Amino acid sequence: MSDTETRQDNEGDIKIVKNATCTFCGCVCDDMDLTVDLKQKRITKAKNACVLGRAWFAEHTIEDRPAALIDGREASVEEAVEEAARILMEARFPITYGLSDSTCEAQRVAVAISDLVKGGVDTTTSVCHGPSGIAFQGVGETTSTLGEVKNRADLVIYWGGNPAESHPRHFTRYAVTPKGMYIPNGKKDRTVVLVDVRKTPSAPVSDIFIQVKPGRDFELLWTIRALVNGKKITADVEELTGVSRETLDDLVTRMKNCSYGVLFFGMGLTMTRGRHFNSGAVLALAADLNQFAPFVAKPVRGHGNVTGADNVVSWQTGYPFGVNFNRGFPRFNPGEFTTVDVLARGEADAALVIATDPASNFPKKAIETLRRIPVISLDTKQTETSRLARVAFTVATYGINTGGTVYRMDDVPITLRPAFESPYPTDEEILSAIRDKVLALRRQRPAAAAEKPAAP
Amino acid sequence: MPELRIINGRVYDPANDVDGEVATISIRDGRIVESVSDSARTIDAHGMVVMAGGVDIHCHIAGPKVNLARKLQPEDHRLDVQPGTDVMRSGTGGVVPSTFTTGYRYATMGYTTAMEAAVPPIFARHVLEELADTPVIDKGFYVLLGNNVFLYQLLKEGRKKDFRDAIAWWLNAVKGYTVKLVNPGSDELWKRRRENISDINQKVDHFDLTPLQVIRSFIEAVDELGFPHPPHIHCNNLGHSGNFDTTLQTMKAAEGRRVHIAHIQFHSYGGEAGTNPKSAAHQIIDYINANPNVTADVGQVMFGKAITMTADAPLAWMLRGFKKGKWVNADTECESGCGIIPFAYQEHVFTHALQWAIGLELFLLSEDPWRLVLSTDHPNGGSFLQYPRLIKLLMDSGFRREEIKRLNQKAVATTSLASIEREYTMREIAIITRAGPARALGLANKGHLGVGADADVTIYTEDADREKMFNSPRYVIKDGTVVVDNHEFKVSHDGRLLHIAPGYDDAIEDALRPFFDDYYTIRFDNYAIQDDFLHAHEVIPTRNGQAGEDKKD
Repeated sequence: MSDTETRQDNEGDIKIVKNATCTFCGCVCDDMDLTVDLKQKRITKAKNACVLGRAWFAEHTIEDRPAALIDGREASVEEAVEEAARILMEARFPITYGLSDSTCEAQRVAVAISDLVKGGVDTTTSVCHGPSGIAFQGVGETTSTLGEVKNRADLVIYWGGNPAESHPRHFTRYAVTPKGMYIPNGKKDRTVVLVDVRKTPSAPVSDIFIQVKPGRDFELLWTIRALVNGKKITADVEELTGVSRETLDDLVTRMKNCSYGVLFFGMGLTMTRGRHFNSGAVLALAADLNQFAPFVAKPVRGHGNVTGADNVVSWQTGYPFGVNFNRGFPRFNPGEFTTVDVLARGEADAALVIATDPASNFPKKAIETLRRIPVISLDTKQTETSRLARVAFTVATYGINTGGTVYRMDDVPITLRPAFESPYPTDEEILSAIRDKVLALRRQRPAAAAEKPAAP
Repeated sequence: MPELRIINGRVYDPANDVDGEVATISIRDGRIVESVSDSARTIDAHGMVVMAGGVDIHCHIAGPKVNLARKLQPEDHRLDVQPGTDVMRSGTGGVVPSTFTTGYRYATMGYTTAMEAAVPPIFARHVLEELADTPVIDKGFYVLLGNNVFLYQLLKEGRKKDFRDAIAWWLNAVKGYTVKLVNPGSDELWKRRRENISDINQKVDHFDLTPLQVIRSFIEAVDELGFPHPPHIHCNNLGHSGNFDTTLQTMKAAEGRRVHIAHIQFHSYGGEAGTNPKSAAHQIIDYINANPNVTADVGQVMFGKAITMTADAPLAWMLRGFKKGKWVNADTECESGCGIIPFAYQEHVFTHALQWAIGLELFLLSEDPWRLVLSTDHPNGGSFLQYPRLIKLLMDSGFRREEIKRLNQKAVATTSLASIEREYTMREIAIITRAGPARALGLANKGHLGVGADADVTIYTEDADREKMFNSPRYVIKDGTVVVDNHEFKVSHDGRLLHIAPGYDDAIEDALRPFFDDYYTIRFDNYAIQDDFLHAHEVIPTRNGQAGEDKKD
């Protein structure tokens, strides 16, 4: 493994880390060659990274900030851990939220804390591909790892997403340009279709661009599914969806006659009119197509380890997100137990926020609750959430300063190779300390108080 | 670690020829020892039965397909919850419980070891993470290599040594326990045109190999490598009428070498393809009885809810055709396929009743309990929580007769089940649930209570109702820790990963690396799993004398 291990030059202040993993987006590319300036503690070059990855590596330097703040005042990590545990134990309905930009190792501890304090746990899935998770529960899914797409897919459809700007290497490393086992000429052997409401920068990559009327994705998907199954459709399809019958017939023919088809779908489907109906229509269409050809569908996931979060929460509780432990066991009900809803209704009375910034992107009512209740935040940088937090931890960046495991958007688990040490602790270390403190407080509590009154 | 002594219990320890005699079991430092000091805690097991902890040789409890099946059925979790306690994490049950609940439920049923039976190697990290979150039990997993494209290329090119080295490399890289073959040859047909293998002697497209050649090559290679457990084979044609002939050909391919056939009930069907199956239990069990190189687990179906989760993707597609309900398919690059279908076995359905009867025929006609292991292929034939009921069916012919009355009578009439009076003895149950699977797995310290064995002990209160008896052991001891104490789950415990570390020629990496560069989407150097990723683990030595390492924590 001589050419792949970490190398240091003679002076010892420049290090090369081969096969490092970029955790910026759900592509989780693990072929980064990082040049690290150990003196300045920064990555000066990220070979193979896309424009987003280069920015991710360049911007995560070590800033001079306290490791912990309580009420905005510098505190020791120990004091902050103690305060965090006290807040979580005293709350009637503490919630844990975020997790998608952290390692599986940290996620496992976060779910444990939520279980111990009988709170809620939810991830950013509830505001991105949560509807796809719900659709999965109703329909199932025909899917594949990205390597099958690289090796076999001669029909690649993107629907409601713009990977050229959100996941640049989705095209170049996995789905469009790479050569594969049965795709010897790369892009030449594939037909790429883009379906979206507008011509995005991804359109030039596609061979066929289909413009759907905004909010009409479900109708279009359902029509295609009807055509695939040989059903009659009404004549007003173009008026309804903006797509002509000829275009549809051509697409359906391609779908039924491909060697291996894939439909990648994005938040243009899951966060617009129809939501889980849209995702369900995609999954049902892909399933039906297997009567004619191997066909798979896959949500294009955003955060570096949102897929890991889905997996961890699922294996520990049985449900992928929006889980509530108030009764001492996991319950699942998106819309009731998802974070935006719990906050907007003002039900949560404490929040543990990990690696995300709800105070800057949640609805106003939810943010108002966050301002009112004690918040514990873990983030690598200062955020709106960390500014309003009662307890704010500065943590090391996963994949840059920490090892661990993340799951790519196709559920493939990938290891991390840290580039340089951070003076700050990891999410896993902080969360483990909070968990241990919570356990200690639980042991101390008088027997009569053992059962907290259930939250509303 | 405190010492422990179990007295006055009737001990069933078939590996050491103890058959219900009252004996004392002494425990120190997690092992069975000759004797312990007077100050040791003493459990009076008067009126109780003492056995080694149960060993599940074939189940699906961790990893990507299991987690997909968990996510797929919220409706199955909400009616069966596991509240957290001071010593237990909360969770949910149903046919695919959450990880913590899986560990607790095995333990509270008296099982202390379980082997996850099908892992695509690229997903091994996920499996290891779930297993680390599966408390109490020791566990290992079988590595899906039977449709591996790289290995097929080596076979096609006749590179036998490289083939052997690559198998050993893979087992090392992912910390697996043995090789698993699932419907060998089918993946390429499935991924290219959604078809299946129908004949064990047909060529697999451009590989110029037949499934039978693949099977034979794996059996030979693993024999030479000396793995403690031979290739664990899910035969071609699972579930199809007339498949018993495929199963016989698979077993014969071993030519006297060790082989394990998984969930053999699903592979013991006569009749013509496309028509109703018939029982071919006699043909299958006669072959097993006569050939001591073969071990198998039954894969009994139990009535009620189940879920089919398998690397045999074409099978799941076929099952989808019946109800057109939820279906999961997952193709894994260069390595595997996967299919998942929620399922329920019903007494009145001809095929389901027949499957149930065939499984019991196999058990009751087996002449060597050491080589026919109890399993339901959890959760494919039913949950592992049905084992106690299955034990009752084997031990109590009166109960069995009553159960038969509830079934589709046409189905039962085509089998010999109603005419078999045999009842399993307590000794035989101890064999098919612990001593036999431990021996088949090559786990020298499991499945028995001799000096030096792992102190995994289950103590049941004797009860004429065998289901009740085996459902709720009074004490369960894991590594010397009393986990279940007088029916109460007192303290949790972290089990170990059991894996092998066979030697291989490093040169194989030079062949693997370019293949990974071309056809995988993760880097070769990020694929292998290092020891520091593992929770507590133990290397089980291979048969050709490669030393195992001591337990690590």
